[in-house]
Amino acid sequence: MPEQKPEIRKRNFNEVPLGYTFELAQKEASRCLQCKKPGCVEGCPVAVDIPGFINFITKGDMTGSIRNLWSRNSLPAVCGRVCPQEIQCEQRCILAKRGDPVAVGHLERFSADYERAYGTGELPPNAPATGKKVAVIGSGPSGLTVSGDLVALGHRVTVLEAFHKPGGVLVYGIPEFRLPKEIVTQEVHFLERLGVEVKCNMVAGNTVSIDELFESGYDAVYIGVGAGLPRFMIIPGENLVGILSANEYLTRANLMKAYKFPEVDTPIPHGKNVVVLGAGNVAMDSARTALRLGADKVRIVYRRSRKEMPARIAEIHHAEEEGIEFFFLTTPVKYLGDEKGRLTGMACLKMELGEPDESGRQRPIPIPGSEFELQCDFCVVAVGSGANPLLTNATKDMKLNQWGYIVADPETGKTTKKGVWAGGDIVTGAATVILAMGAGRKAADSIHKYLTWGW
Amino acid sequence: MFKIVRREEMTGGTVILNEIAAPLIARKAKPGQFVILKANEDGERVPLTMADSDPEKGTITVIYMVVGKSTALFKTLAVGDGYQDIIGPLGKPTHLEKVGTVVCVGGGTGIAVLHPITRALKEIGNHVISIIGARTKDLLILENQMRKVSHDLRISTDDGSYGHHGFVTEVLKEILENEDVKQVVAIGPVPMMKFVSKITAEYHIPTFVSLNPIMVDGTGMCGGCRVSIDGKTKFACVDGPEFDGHKVDYDELMRRLQAYCDEETECYEDYCTIRDAG
Ligand SMILES: Cc1cc2nc3c(=O)[nH]c(=O)nc-3n(C[C@H](O)[C@H](O)[C@H](O)COP(=O)(O)OP(=O)(O)OC[C@H]3O[C@@H](n4cnc5c(N)ncnc54)[C@H](O)[C@@H]3O)c2cc1C
Ligand SMILES: Cc1cc2nc3c(=O)[nH]c(=O)nc-3n(C[C@H](O)[C@H](O)[C@H](O)COP(=O)(O)OP(=O)(O)OC[C@H]3O[C@@H](n4cnc5c(N)ncnc54)[C@H](O)[C@@H]3O)c2cc1C
Ligand code: SF4
Ligand code: SF4
Ligand code: FES
Repeated sequence: MPEQKPEIRKRNFNEVPLGYTFELAQKEASRCLQCKKPGCVEGCPVAVDIPGFINFITKGDMTGSIRNLWSRNSLPAVCGRVCPQEIQCEQRCILAKRGDPVAVGHLERFSADYERAYGTGELPPNAPATGKKVAVIGSGPSGLTVSGDLVALGHRVTVLEAFHKPGGVLVYGIPEFRLPKEIVTQEVHFLERLGVEVKCNMVAGNTVSIDELFESGYDAVYIGVGAGLPRFMIIPGENLVGILSANEYLTRANLMKAYKFPEVDTPIPHGKNVVVLGAGNVAMDSARTALRLGADKVRIVYRRSRKEMPARIAEIHHAEEEGIEFFFLTTPVKYLGDEKGRLTGMACLKMELGEPDESGRQRPIPIPGSEFELQCDFCVVAVGSGANPLLTNATKDMKLNQWGYIVADPETGKTTKKGVWAGGDIVTGAATVILAMGAGRKAADSIHKYLTWGW
Repeated sequence: MFKIVRREEMTGGTVILNEIAAPLIARKAKPGQFVILKANEDGERVPLTMADSDPEKGTITVIYMVVGKSTALFKTLAVGDGYQDIIGPLGKPTHLEKVGTVVCVGGGTGIAVLHPITRALKEIGNHVISIIGARTKDLLILENQMRKVSHDLRISTDDGSYGHHGFVTEVLKEILENEDVKQVVAIGPVPMMKFVSKITAEYHIPTFVSLNPIMVDGTGMCGGCRVSIDGKTKFACVDGPEFDGHKVDYDELMRRLQAYCDEETECYEDYCTIRDAG
């Protein structure tokens, strides 16, 4: 797929891949062998009918293609861009064995973008109104999926979102250059046209409790509040000025559009010599954002080695092309600051890989005496996230696991509280957009059964 | 939109009161809790403590000092205008207990935050002595309101233009010498809270302070508001904003509050230039 050149894109916030032309898309689509037993479909967590939607592209029937996609996946423009295809659909494509799988993600994105640009905007008809009301807490991919599915089945759906804009990580986390916010806005708008009511500025647990939602007439509640609690390293000096969680950094940059400061009112630190801790998608996004905000040097510091990096391959590749440096097998043990309390660097240790740990990956072990100093004036901590206890603390009669995530039936999403379902990152821990959507779909089926037949 | 239903200017326009229609928040608000307000699309999310709330009328009241671009923008909002976004109530409510004699110390706009807490402490049966202070007489806010909710109100100004000439801490010391004080609540500029806590530590009197670090979401998801309490990191928006005054690392808080100083000044100056030109 054509892309913006690294030296240009690393200083702007526009999307990196430029998208297929119709000809390129058809050419790529025609590579699909239309397998009878398609491995790609097995690799997709929501079993998108991949040969089906691709076949429509080959035939030039774009309406057929998007309808086919929608039947399994309500956010194809998003998934086509952010799914880790290399370990899902594309990994299982028969052509992957020869090293060149069909670009399922690119095609999915093309189909959705085509619909946005040229589609009729015609709405699929909703089922007749059932008179039942559902509250969906959180407007990330899982909440949006539940809303779309249930409104189509004739239920009245209200989404409650704590932030002032809906979309969850899709708006506050994933940067514009990877997922244009316009797409998320349109997806939400689409749901609103279907009849979903979106209420922002509603901090469930504080502004309204789950029990109050039931008292005010809702018949069921879905919780999709994500895993928004930032983890820190818990090492000395972490509260120096110049150290931000990735959540804070990306929220300032994306949701608050602080990269336009002072045109907008929210400021953001402009590090010149930046270190990002961690090596997942969140770390790549932070590093690439820092570059776009004018950093001279951006380094990713990761305690394991290259092959354990959890980020999408495409993003690691993009980051490298843009000149981000990687320090593998390195962990900071202490932040260093000046007399004004500002970050000046960090003391790090070199690591080596030992026996596999619970995650099956080799455990990094510090090498004694390997301490060295890394200078930096700004650091983003992107070492994972946990369950935010705000809502769950306010909902005493719902079971949580030892890490504070909500216990929910993996097949239905039912929690231990009657009438309440949960899914996405708040159940599984930080995962992926498509898994959150898959959980939403299962829960929507189960909620529909409940509203029709009972708990 | 959240409409402003009443607006007052205090201390010659440097401190503004807004009573705002926000029925869902008003229904739940407790003393010590705060809201986050955003004026318009490109606005900043600004935390302000609720100085009052009226569940019947469905309104909340905030009192803020004009210190930078966002608060200057807030100041331009008239009755009938509104804030695009407000969330709340946020933070833990004040821990209210009947303990006997309580001293409430407020400085600057901290007095606005202190007011509902003082009222609640009195309502549950404490003997409340309040000390409010400002740099100079004209900057003192809520004197009458504070008098109403206290058994005894003392005033101090740095320049001696009203009440005791000096700092609130000096008045506090005198009270601690003469009364059997069981608890102190101090809300105001960081140095004030720091020195109040230093004095009360000498007298071993439990002390609560309300911290105001820089915030973004106010719901525990960014960690921008982290403060060190007894050497451990806490998020002020969810674990606070009130903390044991004897355990706070005030110097760290002061440094963290300066984090965006240069940027904010740039933004404010741009804004003033544009505003004054227009
Ligand atoms: C920077 C970043 C990059 C990522 N990149 C990728 C990627 O490339 N590919 C991929 O597949 N996945 C990626 N992920 C992971 C993916 O975004 C998440 O797994 C997914 O968004 C989880 O969806 P969710 O619906 O469970 O929750 P979220 O998207 O987290 O949404 C939860 C929503 O609930 C709201 N909320 C929270 N508490 C409350 C409350 N009390 N009341 C009301 N609302 C509340 C939040 O404000 C938020 O809007 C990335 C994540 C991040 C942070
Ligand atoms: C929980 C909480 C409750 C608060 N309650 C009140 C209140 O009731 N009344 C009131 O007047 N103020 C209150 N504040 C402080 C208020 O939020 C800030 O004054 C405001 O954000 C400044 O915004 P600005 O854009 O006008 O100024 P800026 O241009 O952002 O800043 C001007 C100056 O204020 C400092 N500053 C920036 N953000 C904050 C902040 N969050 N807290 C303190 N100083 C800051 C800057 O370092 C700078 O020196 C509270 C803060 C918190 C965290
Ligand atoms: S949803 Fe994701 S995994 Fe499934 S086909 Fe689309 S890109 Fe592949
Ligand atoms: S496995 Fe590959 S070639 Fe076969 S249907 Fe799926 S995408 Fe097409
Ligand atoms: S303001 Fe973001 S965690 Fe407290």
